[in-house]
Amino acid sequence: MTDAKKDYDFHKESHTERMVINMGPSHPATHGTVRFFLKLDGEKIVHCETEIGYLHRGFEKHCENGSWTQAFPYTDRLNYNSAIQNNVAYAMTVEKLMGVADKMPERGVYIRTIMCEFARMADHYTNLGAAALELGALTAFIYFVEARELVWDIIESVCGARLTSNYIRIGGHASDLPENFKAHVKKVFATNRELYEDFDKLLTKNRIFLDRMRDTGSISVEEAIQYGFTGPCLRACGVEYDVRRAQPYLLYDQLDFDVPVGSTGDNFDRYLVRMEEIRQSMRIIEQAIETLPEGPINIADPAVRQPSKEGVNTVMEMMIFHFKNEIEGIQVPRGEAYFPTEGSNGEVGFYLVSDGGGKPYKCRVRPPCFAMTQAMGRMVEGAFLADLIPTFDMINLIGGECDR
Amino acid sequence: MKSDSAPAGGARSGDATSGPPLAIVIEKYADTGVVIHTHRLHGDETVVVHAEDILDVMNFLRKDDRLNFDMMMDLTAVDYLDNQNLNPYLAEMNARFEVVYHLYSIGKNHRIRVKAPLAEDNLFINSITGIWGGADWFEREAFDMYGIVFRGHPNLKRILLYEKFEGHPLRKDYPKTKRQPLIGPRN
Amino acid sequence: MFEYSYIPPAPLLPEILEMMLKIVFIFTMNMGFFAPVLGYVERKQSALMQDRIGANRADLFGVTAGGLLHIMTDAIKLLFKEDFIPRGADKLLHTIAPLIAVVPALIAFTVIPFGGTYVLWGHKVNLVIADLDMGILFIFAVTSLATYGGAIAGWASNNNWSLLGGVRVAAQMFSYEVAMGLSLVGVFMVFGSLRLTEIGMAQENFWHWGIFYQPLGFILFFACALAENKRVPFDVPEAESELIAGYFTEYSGLKFAMFWMAEFLEIVTIAAILTVLFFGGWNIPFVTLQSLVSFFGFLGDTGSQAAAMFLQVAVFWLKVGALIFLQMLIRWSLPRFRYDQVMNLGWKIILPLALLNIFLTGLFILAAN
Repeated sequence: MTDAKKDYDFHKESHTERMVINMGPSHPATHGTVRFFLKLDGEKIVHCETEIGYLHRGFEKHCENGSWTQAFPYTDRLNYNSAIQNNVAYAMTVEKLMGVADKMPERGVYIRTIMCEFARMADHYTNLGAAALELGALTAFIYFVEARELVWDIIESVCGARLTSNYIRIGGHASDLPENFKAHVKKVFATNRELYEDFDKLLTKNRIFLDRMRDTGSISVEEAIQYGFTGPCLRACGVEYDVRRAQPYLLYDQLDFDVPVGSTGDNFDRYLVRMEEIRQSMRIIEQAIETLPEGPINIADPAVRQPSKEGVNTVMEMMIFHFKNEIEGIQVPRGEAYFPTEGSNGEVGFYLVSDGGGKPYKCRVRPPCFAMTQAMGRMVEGAFLADLIPTFDMINLIGGECDR
Repeated sequence: MKSDSAPAGGARSGDATSGPPLAIVIEKYADTGVVIHTHRLHGDETVVVHAEDILDVMNFLRKDDRLNFDMMMDLTAVDYLDNQNLNPYLAEMNARFEVVYHLYSIGKNHRIRVKAPLAEDNLFINSITGIWGGADWFEREAFDMYGIVFRGHPNLKRILLYEKFEGHPLRKDYPKTKRQPLIGPRN
Repeated sequence: MFEYSYIPPAPLLPEILEMMLKIVFIFTMNMGFFAPVLGYVERKQSALMQDRIGANRADLFGVTAGGLLHIMTDAIKLLFKEDFIPRGADKLLHTIAPLIAVVPALIAFTVIPFGGTYVLWGHKVNLVIADLDMGILFIFAVTSLATYGGAIAGWASNNNWSLLGGVRVAAQMFSYEVAMGLSLVGVFMVFGSLRLTEIGMAQENFWHWGIFYQPLGFILFFACALAENKRVPFDVPEAESELIAGYFTEYSGLKFAMFWMAEFLEIVTIAAILTVLFFGGWNIPFVTLQSLVSFFGFLGDTGSQAAAMFLQVAVFWLKVGALIFLQMLIRWSLPRFRYDQVMNLGWKIILPLALLNIFLTGLFILAAN
């Protein structure tokens, strides 16, 4: 071979260009509005730059300008697929800051656990359904959307809204569970189990689905920890980190459930982890509603959680507290706190700084999918364009949470 | 795929062979003047260090065998304009901002919060992207929202807001109702 | 053993009339009946599979007709949409690409027989528009022209997404054409002819149906035909979630309707080819034409032939309908392939299997003789 041949650069000599394509904020696959700036070599992704921020609404600034209680609707709209979990995380952080966390009555703890697990189920249904949809399995999507509708029916019967629940309050809840809650849950679970079986049969052993998800979007354990992965994506890599086990809160240390862990960190393992988590959530809820105690749902301290209307209208101290809390906001003592909870995407932790008044001084949420979206470029480089779709789906980027 | 049925409540703040992380940090930096302040509030341990020493401290926290903080959970900043009485050392250092890091160790299951105060006229701190690659976007967000410049960051530009945005919105002197030039007035 | 009245150089009036009637019938069945109804069937079948109701709101003077009127509303909507050509796109190519895609789908039906040969008023009528002696090859030739439609549409739209779709279309359809042809060679060997009418007539005996002689050929051809038609699981060129709409991203209105129609018409064509080659065409199992004619003997000579004709044509369309149902079933169940997996399947799996099929068929024929 002559020297001229050795120096021959195929790409330069054949005058090919890399195609620059913008998988922009409005694209069927970028739900949650993300922009991928791709450089393609044929069908292979050579470079992928992720751009977020299309759904930035100034969550922190809004929270700083309202009282502690007024932040709850904002927290709903963070991870809007599992809104109650954000509510609970925020409420528990404030309660930690106030030092009243252990005064929560039993029934309140049970309700919070049950609703968190319902929110987790709804989020996983949405995520897996959307993944199926974008891979072309439209029937499977509809099955899980039906399952999600039934879960939303339950959430609606409890707090009045399917999605943006605004149900938890500092020191308690907005209202109690409805009557026939247990019967309703049992009925819904029967149908949901059938739908789960159908979905499973359609996809889990399907050769085409396996081809699309196996060995795509993999990331090694070291890199996942470097990037700050948490939740199902980290567990799919093989790390057994679940906040419900590591730092148990609510009822999780008294209930019996498994935490699924994958091994390879590719998309299929993330899918399997989420599927198993749905079943475990159902298990948790069934255990909790069996032993659900009667009793109050709010902390009895009127400085923390406003008492019933009767109390406000008859007892002087309660009326004073109600007045002060409504006008000035709940007074949270000075300090700062961080409370980690296991959201459906990963570790959702609120970092709150209080100046002793009725408004948060700083209200920061640690978004789990922020860390994973960072790694998108790393996960799809060198893969096909078609591999970006399942990878992006299984990260479960929720725009509200990532951009706040 | 295996399921984990380990009993709940593993080591919550370090196992028996290592003490709580705060004690180890205090011991390491005992007379060096790196640590400004430490406290333990509601079960959270916090250490406040000088901004110049942040890389040294982070490296120690990551690599020390007793600490092993392999995950950087969160990186944010707080603006204490006119509220420096919330943290007494801020007034002494004339610091307005504080960069807050939350670290977690998966193996040892303990957490620590590291804070670094910054003065308004010296908003520079070293980037920790060399230690944890995942700090990349978190630092960009702190820059975007507060204007803190992270030295050594590979790509420090705005992340949540558009490039032509003027100002740093989470600062306390940025009014909530300010209109940007590209958006125009309300009517 | 059958005699045909081939068209003499100077066509006579009856022949012209017969030809026109057949063309009108096929055209009406396809364009007027199947293409719109398939839209309705797709909606309702998918709704049935997905445990929902499907579109049923369109109504005319308060009569909803269970959603059938949506066909009309869809057609009207598409007709009235603004027809635009994107800036920088090649105007001529952008306009003719849908035509290139839809015309082959229509033409392919000319050689497919939808019934046998009947004697009406003393005149032999052969229910096929053009009885070419190279029947199936004509279909291959014509459907390969449809590749141009997709590729040109992808290029002419001046859009990176369409370009990706066009590239995928060209590669996919080209790859599967080879395998498609080869998978049918076994059928030709077994029936000894390329003429579709002969193959259809040879399947009068139920046990001579193509599916029993060529099961592997059927599966391979079915897969290749789905790939040619760009239906799920092979709808990579049009992958909604990846490429927005692939090569017809920049199309709207009537041109978009033409692409959709081309796809639906090809579903019918594929089902018809499968019926003729593998499922006995217009033949009712265990019933010969003679027995049918004698059954209807009370209607007289022409009457009995006509009755037999109607029955067999109905049976043909019934089988076509069943195969369309099967294709829709597959479309709504399976996820889609990745582009390189499609290529892999076509070249490395289906093609060798087709060659193996030919080899085995040859051995089988040798052994049988």
